[in-house]
Amino acid sequence: MSITIVQYNAGNIQSVLYALERLGVAATVTDDPAMIQAADKVIFPGVGEASTAMAYLKERNLDQLIVSLKQPVLGICLGMQLMCGHSAENDTTCLGIFEEQVLAFKATEVGIKVPQIGWNNIANLKTELFNGVPENSFAYFVHGFYAGLGDNTIATTDYIQPYSSALQKNNFYGVQFHPEKSAAVGEQIIQNFLSLKS
Amino acid sequence: MLTKRIIPCLDIKDGRTVKGVNFEHIKDAGDPIELAALYASQGADELVFLDITATVEQRKTLNVLVNQIAHRINIPFTVGGGIKTEADVRVLLQNGADKISINTAAFLDPTTISRFAKQFGSQCIVLAIDAKCESDNNWYVYLNGGRTKTDKLVADWAREAVDLGVGEILLTSMNHDGTKQGFALDITAQLSENLPVPIIASGGGGTEAHFLDVFTKGKADAALAASIFHYKEVAIPDLKQYLNQKGIAIRI
Repeated sequence: MSITIVQYNAGNIQSVLYALERLGVAATVTDDPAMIQAADKVIFPGVGEASTAMAYLKERNLDQLIVSLKQPVLGICLGMQLMCGHSAENDTTCLGIFEEQVLAFKATEVGIKVPQIGWNNIANLKTELFNGVPENSFAYFVHGFYAGLGDNTIATTDYIQPYSSALQKNNFYGVQFHPEKSAAVGEQIIQNFLSLKS
Repeated sequence: MLTKRIIPCLDIKDGRTVKGVNFEHIKDAGDPIELAALYASQGADELVFLDITATVEQRKTLNVLVNQIAHRINIPFTVGGGIKTEADVRVLLQNGADKISINTAAFLDPTTISRFAKQFGSQCIVLAIDAKCESDNNWYVYLNGGRTKTDKLVADWAREAVDLGVGEILLTSMNHDGTKQGFALDITAQLSENLPVPIIASGGGGTEAHFLDVFTKGKADAALAASIFHYKEVAIPDLKQYLNQKGIAIRI
């Protein structure tokens, strides 16, 4: 099985590669369209800022490539947000795979910190991405923007309000948390993604 | 619910884990990679690695060690010590660090913070503050691993740094560090209640009750400790069970 990790101007890409290595799986980090197109599974990771990332993807026509993919694709954190329609982060038009919109967390009371940093529960788990993952498992989050709830929501998390901690539409999956940093729970989710039928 | 974090800290000197008392009397405490893997398996929520000699000896943090840690452990970790330039940060992040911690260099040139935040994102920029309460009852910022006093108040520096873009603050009380007499609750609560970023409390954790206090009275988002974990005086699974029973949101 060939796995490619989409390389672009976002952080944390190595961490995904190392997480796969810990599971005994080799992957290629690349921005080569032909290699991405030919892969059995594509991972679209990222920590960073939405408008800068989108501009980079557009420059290299990776935006059109990603939406055209037919194999299972997993967006992580910023990667998931970029798969939504629009992000409030610098008013950015995104890839439009998921209809859900990306909004900014607004601290509503003293003691609520933005960005959310740390371990929070994932609940209302749907699809085989969460096979063997108990309801209310903990995953590691670092984010100041969130995708709202919608038809594509396959996991929810509560911070200030409930939001989509995972989305799915057709062959596209997205997780707001970092499975590559979420201990055994994250490893199970990555394993489940790798087991999806192409 | 977002949980409070327990963060073991590994002070690194010459590739080994060490621990001092009040920033002095350094003792060897083991292989950092083995310790890191042990803590991750025990339920630590994050790890911090501080290259404690880096600033003083003008050494760069050990990128090879960071890379080995990133390959081995499956939870987030922060690396600090002697970080000055964008190139320093980039190489650490490329080697698998999730966040970097800055201290003296940020104080000497605060534009460091805004430059790093713009390029790498606030979420990966942790400001470490070494704080000491003086006889005038004010908390002052210290630099160079606690060797150099400044006239800057901790609360002022923390506010300035948040405005410049730091994503978290790691607050170490030099008065409490290594004493095992409890965390500095007042200054921790003051920062946590007045700033919109998470506060990691450090220095003085000696018992399970001290951690309860720093989350309730100290309003900390995370608590960091070193020697009590290294020398097995407090076990992370027991600590987390205790906090859970006391009603603290914690990842079990």
